[in-house]
Amino acid sequence: MTAIQTALKSRQGTGFDVERIRADFPILNLKVGGKPLVYLDNAASSQMPQPVIDRLVRYQTSQHANIHRGVHYLSETATREYEEARRKLAHFINAREEREVIFTSGTTEAINLVMHGHGRKFIGAGDEIILTTLEHHSNIVPWQMLCEEKGAKIRVVPINDAGELLIDEYEKLFNERTKFVGVMHVSNALGTINPIKSMIEFAHARGVPVLIDGAQAAPHLQVDVQDLDCDFYAFSGHKLCGPTGIGILYGKAALLERMQPFKGGGDMILSVTFEKTTYNTIPYKFEAGTPPIAAAIGLGAAVDYLSGIGMHAIAAHELDLLNHATAQLSRMPGVRVIGTAGEKAAVLSFMVDGVHPHDVGTLLNQDGVAIRTGHHCAQPVMQRFKLPATSRASFAFYNTTAEVDALVAGIRSVQKVFS
Amino acid sequence: MMADPKSLYQEVILDHNRKPRNYGTLAHASHKAEGHNPLCGDHLSLTMNLDGDRIDGIAFHGESCAICKASASMMTATVKGKTRADAETLIREFRDMATGKLDLTGQPHHLGRLTVFAGVRDLPTRVKCAILPWHTLHAAFNSVVSASTESEDDPMHAPIGDA
Repeated sequence: MTAIQTALKSRQGTGFDVERIRADFPILNLKVGGKPLVYLDNAASSQMPQPVIDRLVRYQTSQHANIHRGVHYLSETATREYEEARRKLAHFINAREEREVIFTSGTTEAINLVMHGHGRKFIGAGDEIILTTLEHHSNIVPWQMLCEEKGAKIRVVPINDAGELLIDEYEKLFNERTKFVGVMHVSNALGTINPIKSMIEFAHARGVPVLIDGAQAAPHLQVDVQDLDCDFYAFSGHKLCGPTGIGILYGKAALLERMQPFKGGGDMILSVTFEKTTYNTIPYKFEAGTPPIAAAIGLGAAVDYLSGIGMHAIAAHELDLLNHATAQLSRMPGVRVIGTAGEKAAVLSFMVDGVHPHDVGTLLNQDGVAIRTGHHCAQPVMQRFKLPATSRASFAFYNTTAEVDALVAGIRSVQKVFS
Repeated sequence: MMADPKSLYQEVILDHNRKPRNYGTLAHASHKAEGHNPLCGDHLSLTMNLDGDRIDGIAFHGESCAICKASASMMTATVKGKTRADAETLIREFRDMATGKLDLTGQPHHLGRLTVFAGVRDLPTRVKCAILPWHTLHAAFNSVVSASTESEDDPMHAPIGDA
């Protein structure tokens, strides 16, 4: 069953009350230039609900100290809560073990960690890394840096006009030099949900490990790393109602153990002399220095909050919003939807004929509607569609169909201004 | 929306976007430059003929947002026939207006109708759109073939938030 079908099926019988959910998000009451905020830039960053804000306040007001160090009450409390957050994250993605979850500053650092820890050790001259046209710059640039250092090569999976990966081409890219695959779960620029499970299976049959950039998937879909059988899965906290500066790298324990540390410092060691340092076990080997403790605990509260609503219910509501928005924009003369994949999540890129996306964004802002305009850190996607930029509306479970209608009305007034 | 006097999208800007003046390329230009804003993909190409110290002809073309295109159109219309020194004064004044350093009511200036762009000072991500044509004109005077809003050694570089 596809992710979309699962979402549709689970919609039946769910009492999804969007107004009750919105009441949890104080920022949604904001007025922008006198107009109610219509926040449709969730793919860039999502908003934080009161329970997560409260959790951060509780930590800072009654639980903060440095972790893994002191023998005193606060240090023990902070350590317990930090490790409890790790347990929540492991549960959220169905990791086998908690030690397979490494706290990072976000998706970008997680990918860089894999590049340094795994790539620099196991990828060499003449080896090949498979990426896709859809990738965010954060899953391109680290690998280019590795290729420059090692003399390895990047091979790119092309996409069709709908924004779907050409799986035949993906399979043809494999050869005896293929050492690694990096692919995003959901495209931040187009919303395409990639068939990662079968892609992982294909790579594994050839002994090639796979990293999934889950930054745009974890907030919208139920992620099960054991079911996917991915080797690495990375995402950011601030895109799923958590704080900035925190994210995770999931990695299979056997792979993480073979990797070299990414950053050196305190907490990632067992013993240090000037002759020899023994590294700590995973996950601590990869968490040098004092981590963002509060942010990690906040992220733990965020996944609790999301799980309380249910990822299937979230996916179903967001699919309603996406379908409603797609239907309306597709009917509008002079508006073109970019990215028409069969399976999409929460992202709607579009062009208004004769109007540059930056002008669309600035004018929508005057109506209180927040969207993203630009290349979305995915310039290869823009080049594929021969566009300098797109306008992108991206939805969260706290958005409403009325907000989608406000977007549509806003686009109509943009067209009127430029008529 | 159009009734809002603070709106950047005033009729004069929309008109220059719809019907850009001096749009095209001069066949035998004495000076030329390319302007590029890598953050949003705006790109424009400027050709110019200097007759001694005077701008005899000037033309531009490219792909950009309305703010950038209107700014380029109004810039070419304004500087045509002016001396290099006068145009360079305008470059400096326009940049200072767009970045909020020029007090339009309190300080003397020569911007005239170009003050319709004053509203970009409240939209940090759009300042570069308005300035790009002026960057490019500056580059053309100095026979710099390529200008970018992001090159640190560009004297026009305005440290403003990313687009």
